[in-house]
Amino acid sequence: MAVISFIDAITMAMREEMRRDPNVFILGEDVGVRGGVFRATVGLIEEFGEERVIDTPLAESAIVGVGIGAAAYGMRPIAEIQFADFIMPAVNQIVSEAAKMRYRSNGDWFCPITIRAPFGGGVHGALYHSQSVEALFTNVPGLKVVAPSTPYDAKGLLKAAIRDDDPVLFFEHKRCYRLIKGEVPEEDYVLPIGKADVKREGTDITVISYGLTLHFCLQAAEKLAEEGISAHVLDLRTLYPLDKEAIAEAAAKTGKVLIVHEDNKEGGVGAEVAAVIAEQCLFDLDAPIKRLCGPDVPAMPYSPPMEKFFMLNPDKVLEAMRELAHF
Amino acid sequence: MTTKRHEQVGLTDAQVLDMYYYMLLARKIDERQWLLNRAGKVPFVISCQGQEAAQVGAAFALRKGKDYLCPYYRDLGVVLVFGQTARDCMLSAFAKAEDPNSGGRQMPGHFGGKKWNILTGSSPVTTQVPHAVGIALAGKMQKKDFVVYTSFGEGSSNQGDFHEGANFAGVHKLPVIFFCENNKYAISVPLKKQLACESVADRAIGYGFPGVSVDGNDPIEVYRVMKEAVERARSGGGPTLIEAVMYRLVPHSSDDDDRTYRTREEVEEAKKKDPILLFGQYLKEVGLMDENKEQDLLARVQMEVDEATEYAENAPYPAPESTLTHVYGE
Repeated sequence: MAVISFIDAITMAMREEMRRDPNVFILGEDVGVRGGVFRATVGLIEEFGEERVIDTPLAESAIVGVGIGAAAYGMRPIAEIQFADFIMPAVNQIVSEAAKMRYRSNGDWFCPITIRAPFGGGVHGALYHSQSVEALFTNVPGLKVVAPSTPYDAKGLLKAAIRDDDPVLFFEHKRCYRLIKGEVPEEDYVLPIGKADVKREGTDITVISYGLTLHFCLQAAEKLAEEGISAHVLDLRTLYPLDKEAIAEAAAKTGKVLIVHEDNKEGGVGAEVAAVIAEQCLFDLDAPIKRLCGPDVPAMPYSPPMEKFFMLNPDKVLEAMRELAHF
Repeated sequence: MTTKRHEQVGLTDAQVLDMYYYMLLARKIDERQWLLNRAGKVPFVISCQGQEAAQVGAAFALRKGKDYLCPYYRDLGVVLVFGQTARDCMLSAFAKAEDPNSGGRQMPGHFGGKKWNILTGSSPVTTQVPHAVGIALAGKMQKKDFVVYTSFGEGSSNQGDFHEGANFAGVHKLPVIFFCENNKYAISVPLKKQLACESVADRAIGYGFPGVSVDGNDPIEVYRVMKEAVERARSGGGPTLIEAVMYRLVPHSSDDDDRTYRTREEVEEAKKKDPILLFGQYLKEVGLMDENKEQDLLARVQMEVDEATEYAENAPYPAPESTLTHVYGE
């Protein structure tokens, strides 16, 4: 099995889906001849032509809104938002339209659009090229929100998103694009949206995360094992709707839970994860639920020391894990 | 006898009589809904009154069952021509389970129905414009020859989604008709506080396609410019922006009171140009309708509205727990 980068897995998923289904097409800024500013769509315009890899005018609400119209008609659009930070002009289309079409038409219409957006920091992107915006969308029934952390999951989940009959927001941590590599089968496979995945089995503490910070958790768990502490690591993969069963199971397994995400803490995905645990398995807990998240500031500053302060890293995660283990 | 203007634009006698029927039907459904609202039987009404000529004239230039609609909330006349019935509209007004638009989930005026090629709509204005462009893009990709009609008010022509959608359609030369129903008021705010340009149609030039302004009280003129736009779209010539100028004869909705922002004299003056009145006169002048025929038609429409009201009033509500269905596909 070939070892490829996270971004190559994304490209592979799109290429395979476009070969499989002529209704799949891509629209977004610079997705054509440039192959995307992160190069996620590289080579696709050469293979599928400019009719199916559309360089759109620079207008996010139209990228999503036009995609929604095409999806409702029966196409399978993949709309690329260049940076998750720039999704804001399209929020009305995503929340008022895509998420509600099926419901408001009593099941008559539906909207199978996939909206891809690179999120997260650690790339000197400053306030507006670093944000984690997932929490804005994780209380919107009708939407599905996916954030894979490995190349294998990225390919399988993106293919599932494209085939899904409902709108899927697909967040890709941009730091993962070239940093994270992994084995990805050449053949066709899909992974279920809505299912979390145990990335490491353990017995002493449970760590729940997604995206880039999931890798920090795995690295920290590795070090912690040397100290004789065994960490169980759950990758949420889908942020909405949450895999409540897997969360409760993972929490109950060790009785000590740390939730880690780069997005700021208050009202973040971790808050809902903590609520699920509190509702479903409070009496299995041996310690208060702990969260390690980005600070509650508007966004990530540009200056390197400030960016570093904002970002999590394996050491910060290790510290929090150790503290929890010794509670 | 007055010249038969409708023949000059390719409309038959039967067609214009049919147009008048749809205009009248829209008006009478609308009027009944206000009565029902004031009687406390339906919670909300949003009107088409004063806009029926433009709506029916536009819809007659489209092919029912083939072309697509992304209408806005006043387009009762358009959806009736495309196949919705008085009963469908009343089921929506009463929010009953059988409402084909939404199963009673949405307020009236939020049209939709796959069987009629009417895309489901929402309340935030102008969001339907990019959708129309997307349907047209899909049609072009699949080499279909349908056109897409989308409508909105003049206030909505200020929304980003209008400009983003129009620009996209212009760049890709897509078969979309942007149909602006300029009824002079965005709730209470008059045209002069909404736009600095002379006409909504002027906005088209920025997107590289024609913009046409037309008398929205004249269904024949609206049909003529729509027909031209449809033919251009179908032959690959790209979009057209049409501004139909008319007047909203009633308040914005059943919850509005237009006495707070416009004079009764102004409204009375506009009523002299009520499109139903004018078109009725035209049909009489060209000898297609007389008093008797008019009364017969009115009686037929009233009967339809009565039947629809009775049916909808007695129809069952959705089951309360059905609130939980249709969030995601099965």
